Amino acid sequence: MKILVCVSKTPDTTAKVAFKDSNTKYDDAGVQWIINPYDEWYSLVRAIELKEKDAATVIHLVTVGTADADTVIRKALALGGDEAIRINADSHDSFYIASQIAYIAKEGGYDLIFTGKETIDYNGSSIGGMVAELLDMPYASLVLKFDLNGNTATTTREIEGGEEVSEVNLPLVVSSQQGMAEPRIPNMRGIMAARSKPLKVVEPIAVDALTSIVSFELPQAKAGVKLVDADNVAELVRLLHEEAKVI
Amino acid sequence: MSVLIFIDQADGHIKKSSFETLTYGADVAKQLGTTAEALLLGTSTEDIATLGKYGISKVYHIANDSLNNLDAQVYTQVIADAVTQANASVVIFSHNQTGKAVAARVATKLKAGLVAGACALPDTSNGFVVKKTVFSGKAFANVSISSAVKVISVNPNSHTTIIGDGVAEVASLNITVPTPKVKVIAVNKTSGDIPLTEADIVVSGGRGLKGPENWGIIIDLAKALGAATACSRPVSDSDWRPHHEHVGQTGIQVAPNLYIAVGISGAIQHLAGVNRSKIIVVINKDPEAPFFKAADYGIVGDAFEVLPKLTEEIKKFKAGA
Repeated sequence: MKILVCVSKTPDTTAKVAFKDSNTKYDDAGVQWIINPYDEWYSLVRAIELKEKDAATVIHLVTVGTADADTVIRKALALGGDEAIRINADSHDSFYIASQIAYIAKEGGYDLIFTGKETIDYNGSSIGGMVAELLDMPYASLVLKFDLNGNTATTTREIEGGEEVSEVNLPLVVSSQQGMAEPRIPNMRGIMAARSKPLKVVEPIAVDALTSIVSFELPQAKAGVKLVDADNVAELVRLLHEEAKVI
Repeated sequence: MSVLIFIDQADGHIKKSSFETLTYGADVAKQLGTTAEALLLGTSTEDIATLGKYGISKVYHIANDSLNNLDAQVYTQVIADAVTQANASVVIFSHNQTGKAVAARVATKLKAGLVAGACALPDTSNGFVVKKTVFSGKAFANVSISSAVKVISVNPNSHTTIIGDGVAEVASLNITVPTPKVKVIAVNKTSGDIPLTEADIVVSGGRGLKGPENWGIIIDLAKALGAATACSRPVSDSDWRPHHEHVGQTGIQVAPNLYIAVGISGAIQHLAGVNRSKIIVVINKDPEAPFFKAADYGIVGDAFEVLPKLTEEIKKFKAGA
């Protein structure tokens, strides 16, 4: 079994959101970088759990990014995984990124490809579907639970107001979300081992991006909270009906 | 060069988010001076021609049984064929569970640029630029699509449905439906509740409720309002409430018209899951709770006293309305 886990570096969930160069670039001054939570907590940890059950399983990590992503990838390797591949490119176009990953995935002949359901910065939620299409594989999206029985995967995915349980044969692309695995933190042995794990850097293939970010905007600040006295909840009902018009 | 809108349904019923995307697609078509058409996959119990009231002229209906369950690979093949046959240049999805499974695949198959999570109509004054939410709703990005065919998935609850009085022509397309590889073995619906991501009103509880045994006051208020219930992360982590109710950056992102937060302090990760709500009401006994800064209305008070009173007032209001 060969598993490819797609990881991305994202700003820490508490990082402030600001932009520079006339609102065309994210201002990353002083930002702490983390592994995208959906990639780390759910995809990678679930892959590690599968390897713990079947020692013959090989886990490779792949990321598309420049050298400043290396620290985050080493952290991912400290959790587990056998080696990492960094495709040396900087892009925010999902199709460009997915094409790079699909190229590596095709070369590596993976049985199972995990992505997070989205990154918490650009919220594209597209890489899994695009990679699946480029590789002509089935795609299980927004997966809450994942089990493997030989060559057959059982997935539970989120649907409106419930869950859907399906079976599908490998190879398969999965996008993971909360529920897939219990978050872990790397231990000292993992951190030491990660230092000597291979981190291969490859150059990107030529792909034309289909989208580009023109500018960023911050939402307008709220006008300020209107406080209602706790003894006068009828006033809140009136405001919600007459002023906000939401009930 | 029309606009084609994908209609999402479950159990033969069209989802609410699809009515919004129909209106969105009709508005895009108006802007581009073209027609809006829609695509419905699987058998349906609805009167399809009446969908014309959302501003679309034609619905392509492929009533094939094997399309009643979602297999993203099969859907992609069928939708891409439909886009080609209908000669559509803009394809619209809802950015809901189905849209997230399919839109990116369809875009890739068509070599079309995708904006996922759009929150406004495209700006076509200079190219084709679509505004979308980024950083979990803490910012917006204006994204330009350079390909000939363009795919947009629209955030639920970000476009107002407009109902007119048109009637749509119902047509079929000559498309071969591939055999699904994904076999659905069970669908578990959360019984009778309103789906969180489709709800107009959400009542959400946090650690301030002190324990799962106190959730009755949240449920009572939700019932009175016809609302869905939700919770903060510490609540679902402590198993007071199921994980699928967890709203926040790493949980479910919601965008209802009204979000009522009870006993939730308003950590930045929680706000990321709710900041697309139209109106936020915060009820918290701590006047310093950061959530008040993000709220439209607030009550500083004890939830155990305020909520039962509020539920009574809502019931009175509903009885009188």
